[in-house]
Parts: sequence; structure tokens; C-alpha cells
Amino acid sequence: MNFDFSDDQKLLADQVQRYLDDHCNNTVARAVLDGEQAYAQDVWAGLAEMGLLGTAIGEEYGGTGAGYLELCLVAQQIGAHIAPVPFGGTVYQVAEALLASDDEDSKTRWLPKIASGEVKGALAVVENLGADTPRTPACEVIDGKLRGSKLAVTDGALADVYVVLAAAQGQPGLYLVDAQTAVEATTVESVDLTKNVANVAFDDAPAHLLSSDGLAALAALEDRAAVLYAFEQLGGAQSALDMAVAYAKERFAFGRAIGSFQAIKHMLADMYVSLKLAESNCYYAAWALANDAADLPLAAATARVAATQAFQLCARDNIQVHGGMGFTWEFDCHMYYRRANLLAMELGGLSKWEQRLVASLPLQASA
Amino acid sequence: MDFSDSPDETAFRSEVRAFIDDHAPHYLANDLDRSGFGNTNTGEHDTLEEAKKWQKIKAEAGWACLMWPSEYGGRGASPIQNVIWGQEEGRYAKLSGTFIIGQGMCAPTMMTYASEEQKQRYLPKLASGEEVWCQMFSEPHGGSDLAGLRTRAVKDGDEWVINGQKIWTSGAHHSDYGILITRSDPDVAKHKGLTMFFLDMKSPGVKIVPIKQATGNSEFNEVYFDNVRIPDAQRLGEVGDGWRVSLTTLMNERLAIGGSIATGFPEIYELARNTTIDGAPAVEDPAVRNRLADWYVKSAGLKNTAARAISALSKGEMPGPENSIGKLVAGGMMQDIAKYALDLQGKAGLLMDPDFAEGAARFQAMLMRSPAVRIEGGTDQILRNIIGERVLGLPEDMRADKGIPFSEIPTGSG
Repeated sequence: MNFDFSDDQKLLADQVQRYLDDHCNNTVARAVLDGEQAYAQDVWAGLAEMGLLGTAIGEEYGGTGAGYLELCLVAQQIGAHIAPVPFGGTVYQVAEALLASDDEDSKTRWLPKIASGEVKGALAVVENLGADTPRTPACEVIDGKLRGSKLAVTDGALADVYVVLAAAQGQPGLYLVDAQTAVEATTVESVDLTKNVANVAFDDAPAHLLSSDGLAALAALEDRAAVLYAFEQLGGAQSALDMAVAYAKERFAFGRAIGSFQAIKHMLADMYVSLKLAESNCYYAAWALANDAADLPLAAATARVAATQAFQLCARDNIQVHGGMGFTWEFDCHMYYRRANLLAMELGGLSKWEQRLVASLPLQASA
Repeated sequence: MDFSDSPDETAFRSEVRAFIDDHAPHYLANDLDRSGFGNTNTGEHDTLEEAKKWQKIKAEAGWACLMWPSEYGGRGASPIQNVIWGQEEGRYAKLSGTFIIGQGMCAPTMMTYASEEQKQRYLPKLASGEEVWCQMFSEPHGGSDLAGLRTRAVKDGDEWVINGQKIWTSGAHHSDYGILITRSDPDVAKHKGLTMFFLDMKSPGVKIVPIKQATGNSEFNEVYFDNVRIPDAQRLGEVGDGWRVSLTTLMNERLAIGGSIATGFPEIYELARNTTIDGAPAVEDPAVRNRLADWYVKSAGLKNTAARAISALSKGEMPGPENSIGKLVAGGMMQDIAKYALDLQGKAGLLMDPDFAEGAARFQAMLMRSPAVRIEGGTDQILRNIIGERVLGLPEDMRADKGIPFSEIPTGSG
């Protein structure tokens, strides 16, 4: 038994961290926040150049084939830097959907372009308020053409290719759609202004079937993506906690650093506890993901719930520690708060993942 | 990262399993499985006697205190082997409760500070359960403010004379020896005037009085010292260095407790599967699932955090204060679980008679015992201070007792 990342994996994480420290500090996210650019194109190009977009894509498809433990650590750094790039949609969702399929032509066509950064992707599932996954999607494929609309597609207006849940003759499947065809993406404002979110309309767009058992394929895809998003959340939670701790040490009130007051100190301790629990659950889920373990659904849901809780708590109380300054546009607190609440809703919210967690518990759950 | 047993670990596990199969007190299995929270059920058999018997069997075959060097009664096992042992010992580990403080806290202190001769004399009997030890730290005036203790030690020739009172001493009434922290010099700053000893609990002048707890049980004692004489040879560490010595003990307390802490999750999950709400299993109710998920995340998080600490330990790293989260999370969680379990049982949840209450009143027992978990060995608030100051590096709270002699520190009621 060895419950830790290897030295090589930690070295990779250090490299990614250094790159993002230098090229993706919060002023980069602010440029997107203020509408100066749609996403951080330079950072995206840099990630591609370092081979990080193909971390879990095999060499035969143009990736580095480093693996999932490595990808988890990259995701953690993306989250820590609240990087405004379409990493999740492209890497955790579309690339994963392709890797899970046995459609060699699609893999050969798209994966190398994803690994090189040429192609960005998005997953389009939701159709109306209230339901994460339409059991019988209104989006329909007839004679290989997709018609219908999807709501709240993260990175929807940036994507070059979509994976879409749609029905053909009543049977939900996952379809691949090229954005260059009859597709119209309309950016809509979301809680996180550093991330693109769009509504996407398909008007007889050519659709290529990836998986004919759409709901099962989507559930499996969500389990894998949940682990990766959990690592992003972990990174974000750590950054929010670090920001709060630094402020509590330097900000003086009543003649002393506010971090010496137990009311503040205990709030920060609780943030740390939540983060630590999430981190350990994420580590286990990383192992389950990398090894296709039988308990991946439980491990993924556990990591997902823990990391959502941790990021939401750390982002929320980071504002509280900062007091009034935390509520200004100028301070970065709201950027973590926004990202925490956007990521909490990716793949469906906390209550959905709590349900999935309990449904995956074995009869004799002992942890 | 690898969660499977290596070939060596597999071989070790089968060796352990064979020993447990052949030698464990299987006649106690059913009773032990019915142990409530905070007690060890051995049915008609005397618990202390059975605990000592099993400990002796383990010791004779080299399965007691596995990680200790063999000359002191252990087998020099690795941390991972120790974990494997714990997994396989399972329910029979409940019999070891009596020895946890002696083996987990007193022994590491003895190993670090006692003379070679003393180690040879005391450690093997501690490992075999033949002699039971307790630790005497807390006082009526020094709980969370542990270093505020007042039990006096005055040198008299080759001996020290002890006067004062300790409180919350687990198992003092059946202990043969104990480690004791005292104030040897009240005229220096409070952390500087402390000295640690070990002593025979049968020494003249030692008086043990059980404390009747809020649960009605008595696990803890008050210990009074009336001119008790301890040979200077039984001093652990230098005169005035007792605070540093006590940190060895307390650091090991976190290790002793951290890995195997109970949270109540398996019990509440079982209850939720076997209780119905409007004719359907409670576990299918969204509100119940919401709570179960939250508790599972915490208990799995603690389990995985402990696994990381063991990995670190096996690489020669010392687990740090971040392991303080174990008791902090588990204590509050257990109290919440107990309260919710009663709620799921409807009005019958108020019953504590084991003949009528669900599971022989296990949740009611948990309800009554869990407040202590949030206090003993460091309150929730002290643990948050430790995390804040030692893990996050936040500045200390202002202290009115800093840098002045102990004898001049304000004491309120005195």
C-alpha cells in the first residue's frame, strides 16, 4: 500500500504550477471577467505546448499518455489558478467521451487536435430548468441530422466540437457534432463571468453517433469527469484558503492581526478541515479513476461531494474573513466564489451527487 | 499510488489471519459485536480479565505492540504491517481498550526518556498486559490550559515529594503504574517549571476516587497525592523539561487515536436501511440520503487521511498536527448521528432501556457519551487552535500569562 503521488507526478505538478504562476495569475482571469477576451488564449496555447491537454490521451492519438493520476494534478493546478480556459469541457468531457468509445475514426479525427489545442470541446446535455439529464431528450436525431436546443453549455460558444445527448427514435445516445455546421451558440451570463456559458441550438446539424446507450455512457462519463472536476475544486479551495490565511495574518484590527482572534482562527481551521477531507477523498478517487476500480462510482461521488463542499465553504468564508473588502469587485474573493458555484453545478449539483453517493454504497459500508 | 497488498504484505496478512483464526477468543465474538459505543461487551465474562488473557496470548506469540523493538516485547513491525494487523484483529481489538493509554502514550515516553534498565523492566510487561499504565496530566485547574497544572514536586534527597490532585485519569483504578507531570518550580514561567515522573500507583499517599460521569458510568478518576515519594531515578527527562517530555506523549496520543477513530457511520447507515418512513426504507428518503452522504464523506475522508498518514509514516515522515482533524470531525459527527438516529426512531427514540430501545440502546449510549469525545484529549476549540496556529501559521491569541513566573499568574477564584 502506498497512498501518495510519485516524485515524478509531483514534479509535473510543480512544473504546471510554475507555468500558471507565471502566466495565469488572477489578472488573466480578470481580463475575461471584464470581457476583454473570451478565454485566455495564450494560456491555452501554453498548456497545449506543454502537452497537458493530452495528459490522459495515448501517444497513438497525439497525447503524452502520462495518465490519470497526472491529469488529476494538472486539474488541481487549473483550479488553483481559476484558469479561464475551456479545459474541463475539452479534456474531462469531450476527450473522455471519445476515449470511452470504440469509434476509431472519430478518435483519430478529433483526439490529436484536442491534444494539440487546435480543437476545444463542450458537453451539451441540459434542456430545461430543473432536470440535469433529460431521460427522453427533446433534441432529436433524424437521418443523421440533429435538431433541438441545449441550455447552460459550459464553454459552449468556444467549442469546436460538441458531445450531445440526443434521441434517435426515442433512444438516447451520445452524438458528436462539428461546430462548423448548422450550430448556433449564444453566450449567456453565468455566475462565473470568467467562464463562457452558452445556449446552443442545432438546426439539422450532422450528428455522428458515439454511443447508442446514451444514459449509461453519460453516467460513466460523469463519474470520470467528477473526479477531475473535484481536483479543480480542491485547487480552488486551497487558493481561497491561502488568500484568507494571508489576509488574516496581515490585517490588523483592535491592535492585532485578526488571525489571532479565535472567531477568525476557528473559521479558518474549519475551512482547512473541509479541504483536508476533500483532498484525501480526491486522492482515493484518483486511484480509482486511474485503475478503473470497481468502486469508481462511489469514490467519484465521494470526492465530488467533498470537493464541492470544500470549495464552496472556503470561497464563502474567504469573503467573510476579508470583511467589507471581500465584497468589492477589486478584491479577488468573488472570483473564487463565482468559480466555486459554477463548478458546483457542473455535471449537476450537490444534491444529485449526494443521491448518487448513497445509491453506490455497498450494503456493508464501513468507512 | 497503490492500494493493493504487495506480495510481502499478502504473506504477512495470511500469517496474521492464521494466528487470529487459531488463537482469538472466538467464544466472545457475539458479545463483542454487541458492544455499545464506549464500552466493551464480554457478556458473562469479566472484561479486564479477558482483555489481559488475549493480550498475553498475543504477547507470547509476538503479536503484541507489533511496532516496538523485539527486546521490549514487540516484533519491530512496519507501520503498514501494524495496520494489517489491526484490520485482521477486527472485533477482538475492542479488548485492547484497557491498554491503549499505557501502550500508546506512556510507552513511547518511557522509550524516549527511561533508562535502559527501566525499559527492560517495564516495557515487556506493558506489552503483555501484565501491568496496566495510566497517564496523569489534567488537573482541576489545568485542562485545556494543561501547562497551568499545580501538583507540586519538591526534591528531598534522592526522592521527590508530590502533593496535589489530578483529574480525568482513565483507568487509574486498575493501573499498576502511571506517568505524572508536576510543577517542580513555580517561580519560573509556566511551561518551564514542569518535571515528569513515573510511579507505582500503589505508592503510599496515592488515593484514587472514581468520577461519576454524566452517563452514570465511571471510566475516569480523580487521583490525590498526599506526600507521595518518588525516587529521582523515576524522573523522565531533565528537571524543568516536563513540558517537552509531555509533547512526546501527546504527539503519540494523536497517533494512537487517529487511525481507528469511530464515527458512527456504519451504525446510522444500517439503521437507515432497516427503518421505514411511510412504508419505504429511510435510506431512500432524499433528506436522509443528504445526511448520509455528508457523513460518509467525512468518515471516508478520515479513513483516507489516516491512510495517507500511514504512508507518510512508512516513508519515515512524522505525522504532523494535521492529524488533529480526526477527533475534531468524528466527535461532532457522532453527536449529530446519535441525535438523528433517535429522530428516525420516532418517539421510541427516547427509550434507553436496552430491552426496548433499538440495538440495545446503542444510539442512546452514543448520544450520552459523545459530548466527552469533543472534550477529552483536547477540546474541539483547542484542536481548532492547533490547526490554526501550527498548521496554518496564524498568530497566537493574546495571553495574559506570557513571560511571567507561574506564581504570579492571575487565577480568578484561586
